[in-house]
Amino acid sequence: MWDRLRRGGLVPVLTLTAIILAMWYLACLPMNRDLPQLARVEGLANRYEVAWGLERPVLPAPHQIIGELYASTIGTRLLRESADGLVLNPRNLLTHAWVTISATLAGFVIGVLLGIALAVAIVHVNALRRSLMPWIVASQSIPILAIAPIIIVALGSVGIVGLLPKAVISAYLSFFPVTIGMVKGLTSPDAMLLDLMRTYNASRTQTFAKLRWPAAVPLLFASLKVSISISLVGAIVGELPTGAQAGIGARLLSGSYYGQTVQIWSALVMVALLAALLVALITLAEKLTLKAMGARP
Amino acid sequence: MRAPTAIDIRNLSLTFQTGDGPVYALADANLTIAKGEFVSFIGPSGCGKTTLLRVIADLEQPTSGSITVNGLAPRDARLKRQYGYVFQAPALYPWRTVEANVMLPLEVFGLPKAERRERARKHLDLVRLSGFANKYPWQLSGGMQQRVSIARALSFEPELLLMDEPFGALDEIVRDQLNEQLVKLWSQTRKTIVFVTHSIPEAVFLSSRIVVMSPRPGRIIDVIDCDFGAERTLDIRESPEFLKVAHRVREGLRAGHSYDE
Ligand SMILES: Nc1ncnc2c1ncn2[C@@H]1O[C@H](COP(=O)(O)OP(=O)(O)O)[C@@H](O)[C@H]1O
Ligand SMILES: [Mg+2]
Repeated sequence: MWDRLRRGGLVPVLTLTAIILAMWYLACLPMNRDLPQLARVEGLANRYEVAWGLERPVLPAPHQIIGELYASTIGTRLLRESADGLVLNPRNLLTHAWVTISATLAGFVIGVLLGIALAVAIVHVNALRRSLMPWIVASQSIPILAIAPIIIVALGSVGIVGLLPKAVISAYLSFFPVTIGMVKGLTSPDAMLLDLMRTYNASRTQTFAKLRWPAAVPLLFASLKVSISISLVGAIVGELPTGAQAGIGARLLSGSYYGQTVQIWSALVMVALLAALLVALITLAEKLTLKAMGARP
Repeated sequence: MRAPTAIDIRNLSLTFQTGDGPVYALADANLTIAKGEFVSFIGPSGCGKTTLLRVIADLEQPTSGSITVNGLAPRDARLKRQYGYVFQAPALYPWRTVEANVMLPLEVFGLPKAERRERARKHLDLVRLSGFANKYPWQLSGGMQQRVSIARALSFEPELLLMDEPFGALDEIVRDQLNEQLVKLWSQTRKTIVFVTHSIPEAVFLSSRIVVMSPRPGRIIDVIDCDFGAERTLDIRESPEFLKVAHRVREGLRAGHSYDE
């Protein structure tokens, strides 16, 4: 058992976590020392006690964040009565998480499909490789914070609001790693394997379906993991410019508006947990797929 | 009376244009291969053996000269899937089982599933790998992988088999076994086989005719008849007749090299 934990890397992970937490707790006093609540407190122990329990700290203590996470998820009703029956309670952080996740997933699906389509086109049409690639790379060099409001406002002016504009921003970010990964993946089979298909007089479609696509699957999954994380970032960024009513981004915005640092931090931890969950799901799908494709265990 | 012609090569030349100037891979090659022959190309590396095989397979276009494969231009022969090609490496698809790898060409040709299964079974039997149908390539040794690739090339029963140093990467014991199996397979099926090697004993043991080549430019410098009968075993390699042919091949290779100086 002990051996398995050691091999699983659990010990170093726990050690590192403990060190980070200790440094965090230590940092709470210096970070918060200018707050009025600490002005007349004497003695290090007393000062730390106050620093770890402030209502609007500059840097909240980890247990404050965990407490807030608990209170705003399990400690709050998820469903609420309203004029149109039961609805998700906006006081519950999970409601906001769901709003962001749904935009993330929608944007992810659009982005991945677009990314794959571009890669297929680039691999099969020689002229596109040179003409399309620079545009694709350029699209990613524009800061998303600059382009997000433009997308939201432009779509809003034609009546598209809510999930879709956020999904568009997610897709704008997430197609890129898929395109890059899939161009590499689809061109990865070596000349011998392609020649083999030629000796069978295989059509392009057959070569694609039987050779290029399966060869690209490992790189597809690698790209998907990057894509899903930046889809999440895209969805949150998409919630910022309009001061959206719901979503993790809205929560961050209102938290900073009212100086609720604990709320901001708990929303950030929620984002990290969501990202970890999404990546874990893709990793699971990857393991199952590669196993079904006979990969060496 | 001669058997009908399988491959006819006339005044064939191929020059690769590269950044460092032209590479004369083949210069004025002439060769006729009859149906049912086992012909080996032997020569030092870089003498154009692979190139010549690839020209036959329409994977490379000659610069000049003419060539027919089963009476057709190589391209038409390829479009009609008239040959099976065995590469230097097994070139198996790692995500396919052994059986699925053998069925790959049959899938491309659109054969019904039951027939694909049946043919895969038959040809895996032929290379003595029946028990491994559901394994993945990484679970097989190099020699077994190369046998799978031979079964794959045979699965659609082409009359012509093109093999480019198929056993080059294998150790000598495995290579000997596969040589014996290949001779059996040839005498059972009476296919035309064109085989590239740079091993003299392998060429002499397997072939009914040996084509000796030399590099820069790649030329055919000797064609040696040699047939030790369908029932030959590895023992014949000790016989005086065998050594005599091997000697002549070696002389040819040496003469080819003297052009270098
Ligand atoms: N695609 C190519 N482009 C340029 N040069 C090539 C190409 N293929 C082969 N050659 C050159 O042609 C010559 C013959 O190659 P090859 O037929 O592979 O030799 P062998 O199989 O006898 O070792 C070599 O000098 C090789 O470098
Ligand atoms: Mg070669």
